[in-house]
Amino acid sequence: MKTLLADTWYVAMRHLRHFARQPWWIAINLVQPVVWLGLYGALFKRIIDLRGFGAESYVAFLTPGIVVMSALSSSGWTGMGVIDDLNSGVMDRFLVSPVRRGALIAGPLVQTACLIVLQSLIIVAVGLALGARYRGGVTGVLVLLAAVVLLSWTVGALSIGLGLTARQRETLIAVVNFSVLPLTFLSSVLIQPSLAPTWVQQVAAYNPVTWATEAARAAFGTSPDWVLVRSRVTLLALLALLAGLVATRAFRAYQRSV
Amino acid sequence: MTYAIEASGLVKTYRGGIRALDGLSFAVSTGMIFGVLGPNGAGKSTSLKILATLSRPDAGDACVAGLDVLRQPDRVRHAIGWVGQRSGVDAEATGCENLRLQGHVYGLRGRELDSRVADLLERFGLAQAAGRLARTYSGGMQRRLDVAMGLVHRPSVLFLDEPTTGLDPEARAQLWEEITRLANSDGLTVLLTTHYLEEADRLTAQLAIVDRGRVVAAGTPDELKAELRGDVLLVELAEAAPPDTVRAAVGGADGVRELALGDRLLRARVDHGATAAPAVLAALEARRMRVASLTITRPSMDEVYSRHAGRAFAQADREGESKKGNR
Repeated sequence: MKTLLADTWYVAMRHLRHFARQPWWIAINLVQPVVWLGLYGALFKRIIDLRGFGAESYVAFLTPGIVVMSALSSSGWTGMGVIDDLNSGVMDRFLVSPVRRGALIAGPLVQTACLIVLQSLIIVAVGLALGARYRGGVTGVLVLLAAVVLLSWTVGALSIGLGLTARQRETLIAVVNFSVLPLTFLSSVLIQPSLAPTWVQQVAAYNPVTWATEAARAAFGTSPDWVLVRSRVTLLALLALLAGLVATRAFRAYQRSV
Repeated sequence: MTYAIEASGLVKTYRGGIRALDGLSFAVSTGMIFGVLGPNGAGKSTSLKILATLSRPDAGDACVAGLDVLRQPDRVRHAIGWVGQRSGVDAEATGCENLRLQGHVYGLRGRELDSRVADLLERFGLAQAAGRLARTYSGGMQRRLDVAMGLVHRPSVLFLDEPTTGLDPEARAQLWEEITRLANSDGLTVLLTTHYLEEADRLTAQLAIVDRGRVVAAGTPDELKAELRGDVLLVELAEAAPPDTVRAAVGGADGVRELALGDRLLRARVDHGATAAPAVLAALEARRMRVASLTITRPSMDEVYSRHAGRAFAQADREGESKKGNR
């Protein structure tokens, strides 16, 4: 366990150094969600007038959703680094070393989590500036961060697993581009699911993007439904664990094929 | 006699039914440079990957540093250093960061790591460039960093998979020197694959020639060449001549055993260079073919390879390349 943590730390530091050397990439990741928040917020402003929407302002409703949506799309690219490492030979060098396989998955996920936390805080700040009010305060923000980090680990681990099996950037790009929008639209990110068609509601109920959004929205409210928050965060944690196991299996599949 | 590396009966078939290893066996004594020589697709890299715990064989056994590769991979990993065919250098990190991370992964910490990294940077002539991103390094520098990274944890066995492929002659000579020094002064066992006949000849103490996933010959480079008794005569004609005429002239000359003809070039395996040379010259002169030059050499690894594999090295190389392409 001690070795796993130490290995994770050193591998994570490598990824964080890479990350810090790409200021443009960070900037785009931080600016893009703010644009979404501004655009969607303005475009769908009147949506709260729909009967049964039940929110005081659309920006307040939308902000946690945009945080989740941004986490989803940013973490989808986690596997890209793995593909680069496979192609350059760095991955083979790690695999013949005693480094824990878990650390090769956890390391990039730590970097993803750092990006997601930074990104989320900026979106929340912009939400505040646009007039959204969060009754949940600091606790609410912490719940939001926990939910999106867990979601990003799920997505990130699956992205790593896909990277290890597909080994081609094109495949990963196609899968991420193909899945981000459907996962977002088939969730409660943009709209109260009760206003969507029944089949969308049914799909959304099983969508982890919905779980993260529900947990965050509940924690932001005046009198949070902690049972709901706890159940959603637990589901997300279990899912992240499962995704981690899938990624570990992908390492074995890779080693069988070399 | 203790062996640092023992491989016996390794078999590996890739998906799609391509058999990379077909019962490959060899043994390497401690402290020597051992070469695995073969054309593209012969199974060199696959055997190295199995010995280095990266890949698993379908059948067969392997021991490295006295440890079972299949049953104790974690302990084997601490004992070996690895320099892959593709560089394992992280191009987006500095030379120093690359070495430090490699050290951390093997459990080196603090002052021990600092001094080890400083030593290696100095020794491989990278101290000046230590703070630069590896992306800015020349091919030779990157390769030296690769080797340095493979040595961070003072392994007892070092694997080098085609270490000099793609290097310019100067960088290659420099690396050869460094590899020789490793085995001589540090008592390291080095297993290297190469598809340069010259490299195997110059660098290795023992050699296994691999073809189609099997060892077809093994021994010291001199032993292998000595199996091909006699010398090689290289004759350059002043003007091109029809091959049939040349063959008819030289084929019957005393002591000529094998003949290969190029456009103006004639290559003959002979029992004794000194006695055969005048006979060959006389035979050519008799047919009015003028000779521009004549050289007598010992057989090279080229001859050794084609004798054991039953085909010319360059041809096998091309075949292997297309096989890889299909994979």
